[in-house]
Amino acid sequence: MSVAIAVNGVHKYFSSLHALKGVDLQINQGEFFGLLGPNGAGKSTLINIIAGLTRADAGSVTVVGHDVVSDYRRARQCLGIVPQELVFDAFFTVREVLQIQAGYFGLGKADNAAWIDELLEALMLTDKADANMRTLSGGMKRRVLVAQALVHKPAVVVLDEPTAGVDVELRQSLWAFISNLHQQGHTIVLTTHYLEEAEALCDRIAILNHGEIIALDSKQGLLNSDLGKGYLLSVTAAAEIDIAQLPETLRDHVRSVDGNHLELELNKDRDSVVAVINTLNGTGIEVIDISTQRADLEDVFVDLIQRQRS
Amino acid sequence: MNLRGFYTLLYKELLRFYKVLLQTVIAPVITTLLYLLVFSHALKDHVTVYDHIAYTTFLVPGLVMMTVIQNAFANSSSSLIQSKVTGNIVFVLVTPLSHVEFYLAFLLAAIIRGLVVGLGVFVVACLFVPVPVHNVAILLLFALLGSAFLASLGIIAGIWAEKFDQLAGFQNFFIMPLTFLSGVFYSIHTLPDIWQTLSRFNPFFYMIDGFRYGFFGVSDVNPFYSLCFVGIALVLLAGLTLVMLGRGYKLRN
Repeated sequence: MSVAIAVNGVHKYFSSLHALKGVDLQINQGEFFGLLGPNGAGKSTLINIIAGLTRADAGSVTVVGHDVVSDYRRARQCLGIVPQELVFDAFFTVREVLQIQAGYFGLGKADNAAWIDELLEALMLTDKADANMRTLSGGMKRRVLVAQALVHKPAVVVLDEPTAGVDVELRQSLWAFISNLHQQGHTIVLTTHYLEEAEALCDRIAILNHGEIIALDSKQGLLNSDLGKGYLLSVTAAAEIDIAQLPETLRDHVRSVDGNHLELELNKDRDSVVAVINTLNGTGIEVIDISTQRADLEDVFVDLIQRQRS
Repeated sequence: MNLRGFYTLLYKELLRFYKVLLQTVIAPVITTLLYLLVFSHALKDHVTVYDHIAYTTFLVPGLVMMTVIQNAFANSSSSLIQSKVTGNIVFVLVTPLSHVEFYLAFLLAAIIRGLVVGLGVFVVACLFVPVPVHNVAILLLFALLGSAFLASLGIIAGIWAEKFDQLAGFQNFFIMPLTFLSGVFYSIHTLPDIWQTLSRFNPFFYMIDGFRYGFFGVSDVNPFYSLCFVGIALVLLAGLTLVMLGRGYKLRN
């Protein structure tokens, strides 16, 4: 499979801060790749290095085989970046912004008019095409940023938290639009704080923390890992539960007790729900309802970050 | 070379100042004409610089050149600082434009704005004051070199400044004194020796003196000498600007 983005041993320092500590990463063409991490993990620094906005102190990055420093013209031609900040040029209309952006990539008005119209339509901006950027709402400006990144039809699209601060409806429409781009063959790299977004969209996920990749696997691989094997068992009893009633084997699993509600953290390989219910019944706790909740990406993410902290 | 990219950036920079024509062209023309009105009224009977040239006429080339260079500086510096502060410079930095194309587009846009405003001042001034033209080629050459010099300086200031306050400082404590000490309103021969000597290190003086030679055929120093001084200063400044842009100084971390 051909490589869309290759990051090889990238280090970046900001004064005494070692922001990226030898990051190695390979993203294949056609992948929907998620780059996750807490604030300050180094996600934006890595994206800025890929985009040529920041220079690595060591290591190299290629985009579709083109080095982002020595062959930057071709690398950037293959890359579309949706920046995290809601930035815009207040002098121009939406259409002017898109025409100008396309022009930087060597595309004239006539070459690209149909594609710009298509983008405006797909991102529900057609009626705002001749409106000044200043007059747009935050959500509309966000959609213009997406259109700007796509105006030269790049093979690889990097979206740096594209849904940060947008309402649910717009988030859903952006998800649909990005999924459609992926189906058309674009490689998508997504950074996000919404882990359900990564879980819903991404094929493969890297988790970055303190400038290091601490996990890199398929979404399913992460969920099936030790970290993803935990689940939560919620029990409702007929009467109030006293934690002292519980046998020692269960006390270690208790996440919370609240009146007649009990939550237990279990592992799907080691703990059986039937055995737990039987144990509870055996101690005189009459179980009247249960529910389970499997680990999601957020649990895996939180667990990983906490493990690294400890 | 990404010619279309270069042309687009140039077009964007021109469109930017065209969209606020009142602020970028009309206001500087009116301000400069007010200088002409006030200084000529106050000094025309008291100052004679060249025997055969009225003081009001003497003022016009200096004011035109002052307008040209100030507006060339304002165009490149304000565009860059605005793009940096608002963050939209990222849209240019992620494109396949080289630092040379970036430089040339900003340079040319600033030269064009400087020349447009300068032409405006000249045309309106001519309605009130007769101004002879000795050599069009020379005055155009100095206008081009002067505006290119200040356009480059504007790019440097725009790259260096991180906030509008710093750019205002650059303008008020560097550009303005050099402009006013360049002989716009007087001949340097009327200055005490020390100021005459200092003026000879001021590139703005050579721009204005050479430009004035294009109108009157007389100047404080040999126009060829002025041409060399301004030309060399421009080459050095352009080199410095290209090095800064090529290294991504304060643009790419």
